[in-house]
Amino acid sequence: MNPGRTLATTGRVLTQIRHDPRTIGLMLVVPSLLIGLIAWIYSDTPVFQQVGPAMLALFPFTIMFVVTSISTLRERRSGTLERLLTLPVAKLDVILGYALAFGALAVVQAAIAVSFAVWVCGLTIEGSVWLLLTVAVADAVLGTALGLFASAFARTEFQVVQFMPAIVFPQILLSGIILPRDQLPDPLHAISDWLPLSHAIDALNAVAKDNQDADYVGGKLLIIAAFAVAAIVLGSITLRRKSA
Amino acid sequence: MHMAESHVSGAVELTDLRVRRGRTEALRGVSIRVQRGALVGLLGPSGSGKTTLMRSIVGVQKITSGTATVLGVPAGSASLRTRVGYVTQDASVYDDLTVRQNLRYFRSMLGAPTSDVDRVIEETDLSSHADQIVGSLSGGQRGRASLAAALLGRPELLVLDEPTVGLDPVLREDLWALFRRLAAAGTTLIVSSHVMDEANRCDRLLLLRDGDLLADVTPGELLTMTDTTEPDAAFLTLIRRREPDGNVA
Repeated sequence: MNPGRTLATTGRVLTQIRHDPRTIGLMLVVPSLLIGLIAWIYSDTPVFQQVGPAMLALFPFTIMFVVTSISTLRERRSGTLERLLTLPVAKLDVILGYALAFGALAVVQAAIAVSFAVWVCGLTIEGSVWLLLTVAVADAVLGTALGLFASAFARTEFQVVQFMPAIVFPQILLSGIILPRDQLPDPLHAISDWLPLSHAIDALNAVAKDNQDADYVGGKLLIIAAFAVAAIVLGSITLRRKSA
Repeated sequence: MHMAESHVSGAVELTDLRVRRGRTEALRGVSIRVQRGALVGLLGPSGSGKTTLMRSIVGVQKITSGTATVLGVPAGSASLRTRVGYVTQDASVYDDLTVRQNLRYFRSMLGAPTSDVDRVIEETDLSSHADQIVGSLSGGQRGRASLAAALLGRPELLVLDEPTVGLDPVLREDLWALFRRLAAAGTTLIVSSHVMDEANRCDRLLLLRDGDLLADVTPGELLTMTDTTEPDAAFLTLIRRREPDGNVA
């Protein structure tokens, strides 16, 4: 591995995105618009205060997953990935370069979403807003990492788009947004413990209500990070220098 | 270290190379020896195994049996990654970057000198398009951008899959002149084509059909041995000799 090559890849991915201002606009604005919509729907009820923190995990996670999986699939299909792998490049240079580029975008996206939720929509955060932002960013990076990994199993754009309902939706359904996780049937509760989004939403709720200690949130962050690292490592293993 | 072995071994040596892709055998026991500094044409109809052969030399193709040695080491070895340049048939460059941005990126991944970017832009005659987005270029220009990326770092062996497809005669002439200059400077080039009249520009010809090597000859020998005056007819004669009428072996 070589930091220069990793950063060159990050710079290249960001330059590609810079040439596509519409995508940047959608990535940065859409999560906030959706959060605003939820706040509006629940205007005269306390529901937004309950589900708002979860939304900060959900939308950035989903959008980063889709954007990353499609752009890495494009790289695989355009022949440029095969070319890169004939060069003196470590696989991790390529994958980490992508993760850093989309991670940087995730920071901006999460910052906008958190600011919008707190200062425009009036989401009450009992704990630290900075900690909330950290969890939201970790979560968007997790979406990026899972997207990198998922794209390895898709051959076409149609397939990769199907990964959203297949990989993202079950996590949403079991994450406690629809029904608190401790009220789920036992087998589903057990499954939800193994899904990274559950921990992300637990952490955001804990920060928003400030009802847990720092170790709890730190532990959840570690779980999210472990999933992200595992997805990145597995994703780089799926890159093959030789093919049939 | 590399200098010593360069005198002993050829640029490329394939021995009884077999590649099975799915149910079909793409290469059926091909043996080839390419000298250093040679400009070798790899000719044959589409589907004859040209691309599979090139991928085997570059080391991105899984080989079923046989051996492929490139610049003295097994094909695909890590030490070859700065020494072999490969251009795929479809341009493998980023459509949403400019020519220069593409080349700068590949240059830093390769660890080649910074000045290489301008050199290869010049060599592929892309100076007037260097700051255009690749996606807005014509097919021929995109192909040349892809070729330019392979020239970075001055590789010892260049493997080019149909680099002249869709180019106008003037550009084709320019590219062959570039290949000739590179070969004169000691680079080994393996250039595939399905246009038989490009055969005369090569030092040596490899003729492939259905995964078999039909001939490994100089252009002159090809015409003499088939008693023909142009490569297309020579190729036909070779096929007929191998498969007498009505006998599809």
